[in-house]
Formats: sequence, C-alpha cells, structure tokens
Amino acid sequence: MNITILKYIFFELLRSRFVISYAVFLAAISAGVAYFSNDELKTSLTLLNVVLFIVPLVSLIFGSIHFYDSEEFIEFLLTQPISRNTVFRAEFLALASSLSIAAVAGLIPALILNGISSTFIFLLFISASLSFIFTGLAFLSSSMNSEKVRGIGLSIIIWLLMSVLFDLIVVLLIVVFSNYPLERFIIIVTALNPIDLGRILILLKTDASAMMGFTGASFKDFFGSTAGMIASAFSLVMWALIPYLFAIRTFRRKNF
Amino acid sequence: MIRIRLNITVLLITLLTASVAGSKEITVCSTCGVTTIAQALAESSDGDVIILKPGIYKEHSLTVANRIELRADEGAVLDADKKGPGITIKHDSVRIAGLTIRNVDVSYINDLSAVMVDNVSGCVIERNVIEDTFFAIYLAGSSMCKVEGNRIQGQAKTESSSGNGIHLWKCSAMYVADNQITGHRDGIYLEFVSSSSIRGNYSGRNLRYGLHFMFSDSNSYSGNTFENNGAGVAVMYSKFIKMTGNTFKNNWGESAYGLLLKELYDGLLEDNLFFRNTAAIHVEGSNRIEIVRNDFIENGWALYLLGNSYENKVTANNFINNTFDVSSNSSRNNNFYSENYWDKYKGYDLNRDGTGDVPYRPVSLFSVILEKSPESIIMLRSVAVDILDAIERVIPSVIPETLIDDRPKFTRYSNDRDKGTS
Repeated sequence: MNITILKYIFFELLRSRFVISYAVFLAAISAGVAYFSNDELKTSLTLLNVVLFIVPLVSLIFGSIHFYDSEEFIEFLLTQPISRNTVFRAEFLALASSLSIAAVAGLIPALILNGISSTFIFLLFISASLSFIFTGLAFLSSSMNSEKVRGIGLSIIIWLLMSVLFDLIVVLLIVVFSNYPLERFIIIVTALNPIDLGRILILLKTDASAMMGFTGASFKDFFGSTAGMIASAFSLVMWALIPYLFAIRTFRRKNF
Repeated sequence: MIRIRLNITVLLITLLTASVAGSKEITVCSTCGVTTIAQALAESSDGDVIILKPGIYKEHSLTVANRIELRADEGAVLDADKKGPGITIKHDSVRIAGLTIRNVDVSYINDLSAVMVDNVSGCVIERNVIEDTFFAIYLAGSSMCKVEGNRIQGQAKTESSSGNGIHLWKCSAMYVADNQITGHRDGIYLEFVSSSSIRGNYSGRNLRYGLHFMFSDSNSYSGNTFENNGAGVAVMYSKFIKMTGNTFKNNWGESAYGLLLKELYDGLLEDNLFFRNTAAIHVEGSNRIEIVRNDFIENGWALYLLGNSYENKVTANNFINNTFDVSSNSSRNNNFYSENYWDKYKGYDLNRDGTGDVPYRPVSLFSVILEKSPESIIMLRSVAVDILDAIERVIPSVIPETLIDDRPKFTRYSNDRDKGTS
C-alpha cells in the first residue's frame, strides 16, 4: 500500500479550511454545552444529539464534495503506475480519518471542562465511527454518479433517510404491530442503522435508560452483554466496510 | 468494696428521696447495684426514671409495664444479639430516650422490632439510635405518641426479608418528626393511621418506599426528604392527605416513582420539589387532588395521570427539563391545568401580563405513542421524534384535544426550593 498518497491527501485535508472550521464549530458547541450544563452526563446527552445530527451530515456532504473536487487529481494519479484500489483507499482513509480527528478534536473541550467519563469516551468512539461510515456512503454515492449535483443530492437523501425517515418508519412499524412481541425485531432493526445504534448505545450508558422501563431492560440486557457489544461493533464495522467495498467496485469500473 | 458501699449508700439516698417524692431513679451500670435493664424494669414502679450508664447490655425481650422513663447516656447500647425483640412498651406515657439498640434478627413469624409500642396512649421515643434491626420502631393500636430525632439504620437486602423503619398500625394522633431512616423496606409505614403528622424526616436508600400510606385518612406530611428509595412515597386508599414542602429526589430506576398516588381522594400537594425521579408523580384512580406550586425538575415523567383520575387541579407549578411533562393513557382529559410554567412552551406574550397568549399542550405526541406501544421508547431522543412532536404541537390531531393549559405562565415561578437540585 502506498502511504505517500495517503499522507499527502490526509495532511492536505487537515490543513483545509473546511475541516478546520468543522472542528472549530464542534468545539464551540461542545465548550458552550459543557460550560452551561456543568454535568458530564447532561453534556454527553446534548452532545450526542449534536453528533448524531451533524457528523453524518458533514461526512456525507463534504465527502461527496471532496470526491468531485479531487476528480482531476485522481485522474492525474491514475495516469501513473498506481492501481485504482490504492488511490481510492488512500482517498477514503485520508478523508475519513481527518473527519474523525476533527470530530473528536471538536468534542475535546467538553472533556476538558467536564472531566472524563466512560459515556463520553463512548461518544468519541461513536463520532469517529460515524465519520468513517458516512464517508464511505458519500464515496459510494459519488462514485455511482458522475454528475456532481446528483451525487450530492443522493448523499442528502441518504442522510435524510437514515437520520429521520428510518426512525419514523420504525415508529410506524412499532405502532402498527404493537400487538406482537417486538423486542427482538427492534433490536435487529436498530442495529441496521448506525445512527440509531450509536444513540441507543449511549442512552443505555446514561441514567436515561431507567426511563425505558421493562422494554429498556430487555434492550439493556442485549446491548450490555458481550454478545450485544460484539454484535453492535460488528454492525458498525459492516456499515463502514460494505459501502466502501461497493464504492471501490464502482470506482474500478468507472470511465474517466 | 468502698465503691460498692458508696454506690449502695447513694442508691439508698436516691431511693429514699425518690420514695419521698413518689418516684425514684434507678441507675443501671455494670458496677451499680442494678446491672441489667430487665432488673431495673422489674424493680421500677410508676413514675420512676431508669438511667442507663454507658456499656453494652446484652438483653432482649424486655417489657415495660409501668409508667417509667428510660434515659440512656451516650454509649449505652442494648444489644439483642439476634435472640429476640428489643423493648416492648405496654403502658401509657412511657419515655425512651438516647438509647442505642442493635441486632434484632429477621423473623418470618413475628414482627420483631427494636422498640414495640403495644396498645398505649401517649409515649415518647426520641433521640435513639437503632441499628441492624428487622423492624425498628413498631407502634400498634396506640395514640398520641411522639417519635422524634431517632437515627434508624437497617441492612435490608430483599423486600421479603426486611421490615419497616417506623411502622404505625392502627394508630391515631401520632407525631413522627426529624428521624433519619435508611436501609429498611419502607422508611415509614402507616396502615389505618389517622390524624397524624410526619415532618422533617429523612428517608433514604430504603428498598421499597420512603413513606407508605395504606388506608390512612386525614394525615399530613411536610418538610420531609425522600431520596434514593425504591420509590419515594406511596399514598394508597386514603383520604384528606396534606403533602407540603417535601423533597422527592433521585428516586430513579426502572419502576421508581417520586410519589405514587393510588385511590387517594381530596389531597393537597403543595410546595414540593420533585427532582430527578423516573416518574415524579404517578396518579392512579385518585380524585380531587390539588397539585399547587410544586417544582418538577429533570424528571423522566413529571406527571403521569391515568384516565381513571378525575377533577385533579394542576396549577402554578414549574415544569423544567422533564423528558415528558404530562402523560396519560386516556385520550380524554378529566383534570384541570392552569397557570403552570412549562419550559417547553413556545408561545408568546404580546400584552406582557406574564401569561402566554396561546395555550400549551403538555402531552407530547411521543408520549401518546409510547402509551400505545412501550417499545417505541427505543426512539427516545431521536431527531425524528422531536420533529414529529413539533408538528403535532402546531396541528394537534392525536394528542388529547382538551388537555391544555389555557393560561401558561410565561416566566418561571421563583422560589428557593431549587437549591435542592444542586
């Protein structure tokens, strides 16, 4: 694997105005929330909503924009004796890791102000994995569409689907099938959406889990167990891996 | 030898003076003439004072059959050594003060207790320390007793193998104040108790309830703190209960309430603080309760009113940072809400009279959905649900049409109760 390209793109991105302002923006929010709440649990919960909303959105949109913007650079690289796989992998890893670093760095002020806690470490972990997952999805949508507008449009649709529509559909299903035992079904369904998975993993770590009553207890039973932890980690990894593999497949067959 | 003789002379003198006055003082210590409490009780007659000097007295199953006063110095310990109950009071107007009682064993047949008050009128049990007992203070069929300033500490493990801190059964006109009760099943338990007052107690870390009412009418409790109990307070099958100035705090857990009202009629709930309870108040089949000027802060559910509750009045309360303000299993509203401060209120106040110009609907769509299918709690704090709630508030179609606060307060009621929330 060619590290040089990865390093080059990575540092280029870290220096870019967008990534820096993204980190600063998150830092401002997290510092503000931590300053006004003074309670690390509440801070974690508020920042959880921010992370679940913003990280996927930024990763998707900026991922697509970056992909289209570096099309000429990619074309240039491909004229050299480098495989398409190497180029794509470098692009993906560079972008995903720089976005993860920006997200984690943006949350650090809250950590400094409120002190460290396992919930917060979890939050950092979730935001990093969401960055990877949604960068992969962004690359998939961009490599599938040669037109920039369509690619970005598809990214926005993916975001809308996963952060809003998916939940609405699940709620609808729960209401419609409320006469059936749904616990197991819901656990499977939530594991299918990385945003929901992140939310539930954090919620179960906080005392909000007590509100979930009997139903919550069964979720906690699953997600708190080793099997549940492995399953959710597996789901997150799959969410990062599968779109990436599909994207690299499309990229290899793409006509430049 | 000289000391004993001296003691005997002192005793004789006291006996002499006491008999002159009609009452005597009996001092109990390991070197005194009287070395056991049982002996002192046997020798005592009405009006006597038994003074317990510091030391550990390994005695149990004591019975007080005369009108005496048992005054213990600091360090006087009655250790029942898990062999039986502590003291049973069977005479009117007995006073027990300053005694430390320990180690009354769990029994599944008898209600063993450190102090048992059996069918008397008038007694004072104050400033005692009671540790590791099954029941601590058990009052049955009595009236006009004062239970004040006791420190009660249990080691309850399970509900079935533990007793209550202060247990009142079939009593009237009791005064229970400034006690500290931890680690029992119920902190304070009342069954068939009337006209009694419970004030300034601290009841925490009890397995079931901090305070538990059953079939007890016309009582009041005020200024108490209920913290970290299985559930804060349960008031069941009672009438005319006054609840003022209490703090219900951190009663948090899968089935925890700050306050559970079941079949309570004509209660008054005023100036209380509910802070971080899973459900601050759970109301079931209760009518005509006035919920006035309370603070609901950071609870899961502030008010959970089941549909079988009628004509309750919720006025002038603060609702701050609760996940759900009001929740109900009914689509009708039989209760009255007015002039509360709701932090989620998004209205405006054009004429600046302090009252919002558009009504507030305290029931959110999500809480209605949750009521129908509890599994949807998995969507707690989801963006989608927040959007749904916002839409529903603008154009209500599912949430109870009539459940509204017509005159929502625009600014928070100020009081210094929220000091307790830090």
